[in-house]
Amino acid sequence: MSSDAIVPLLLTLKVASLATVLASIVGIALGKWLGRHRTFTRNVAESLLTLPLVLPPTVLGYYLLVVLGRNGFIGEWLMRWFGVSLIFTWQGAVIAASIAAFPLILRAARASFSDVDAQLENAARSLGASETEVFFRATLPLAWRGILAGALLAFARAMGEFGATLMVAGSLPGRTQTLSLAIYDAVMAGDDARAESMVIISLIAAVVLLIFAAQLLQRRKHT
Amino acid sequence: MRIAVDIEKKLRDASREFHLCMRFESDADVTVLYGESGAGKSLTVLAIAGLIRPDKGRITVDDRALFDSAHRIDVRARHRNIGLVFQDYALFPHLTVLQNIAFAQNRGWFNRRTVDADARATMASMQLDALADAYPSDLSGGQRQRVALARALASRPRLLLLDEPFSALDSALRDRLRDELIDTRRRAGIPMIVITHNADDVAAFGGKLVRVRDGRVAD
Repeated sequence: MSSDAIVPLLLTLKVASLATVLASIVGIALGKWLGRHRTFTRNVAESLLTLPLVLPPTVLGYYLLVVLGRNGFIGEWLMRWFGVSLIFTWQGAVIAASIAAFPLILRAARASFSDVDAQLENAARSLGASETEVFFRATLPLAWRGILAGALLAFARAMGEFGATLMVAGSLPGRTQTLSLAIYDAVMAGDDARAESMVIISLIAAVVLLIFAAQLLQRRKHT
Repeated sequence: MRIAVDIEKKLRDASREFHLCMRFESDADVTVLYGESGAGKSLTVLAIAGLIRPDKGRITVDDRALFDSAHRIDVRARHRNIGLVFQDYALFPHLTVLQNIAFAQNRGWFNRRTVDADARATMASMQLDALADAYPSDLSGGQRQRVALARALASRPRLLLLDEPFSALDSALRDRLRDELIDTRRRAGIPMIVITHNADDVAAFGGKLVRVRDGRVAD
């Protein structure tokens, strides 16, 4: 593997991992909040939260620029109080990738939580568990397979993020140029050999992640 | 111990409307709620445990109100200190027998692997030692029933509720486990309310009989 591919690969792994962690925390919390009862309001909320999955990534990138940019309300606040800007940074790429990947975790989490037998949560309550204890000792251990499968898909999605990342973080080699951006760059520059090696890496990573996710959803001993 | 229940709850779904209106008192060691399935026995027990909320009424154990709509009292399930054995046992499938039994004594966010002597003692008293590291999916129906009972007892409840504890078992096993339950209860000295639709259970348990029909106590 050429060293040309290693730098974007490592950056991609860093960005996708952090984005998945971020998306998991928010996705699990919101998935729990949406809950098992399908009311109209909650279904509308779930639809709105799923938007990043179906919107063109450029639309997502546009809104991220609006919010995180120099005049955006978070961007301005960050600049005024911390003197930092997320635009054209790898941290900005993390934000873009996590928002693009987040609906995959949210939907997996909500579905997995709904599948948990409510009677088991009641059993935990009757044994003196607080709601936090019920969540960490009954609900989450019973739902983790589905959530982890969702997280793997989210990781794959984050690895492949292109449009929103390009708009928010740009394509700065060594700094914000992830694998998918580097492939585009290489093809545009006519460097087919470099593009090919990175395409193969991406392909292998995606296939491995999908196989793992499928395995997780299949094996269900004890849970 | 004196248990007084006087509750109402309306339930509605697409196919039917059910009106629960239960009123009974008991100071017996064993109180049997007897009636056909769908009569409202399970709802009553879930309400006593604090897992469903009645529309109105009162539930008191001795002189302590667990639920009182007039005074806006509704003690949370986890503070009621009432042991409940569910009809399908509701054992935690991700935990071993020992971890299931120790669930109430473990505090915090994690299901620990090591448990204190108390849970082991309860397990031993129910002759479940050999199964300590087994998972519920490996157990027979009778073993599951025993684990569920041990788990409820290990929380040191002041009242034990059992919802059709033998319905999943064949009749020979049923007779044996019933005797075992009566014996265990006597040793633990905890009053219990047991639900059944089986006339043999009623005869064997003795105690106070409450006949339930269509959501009410039948005369």
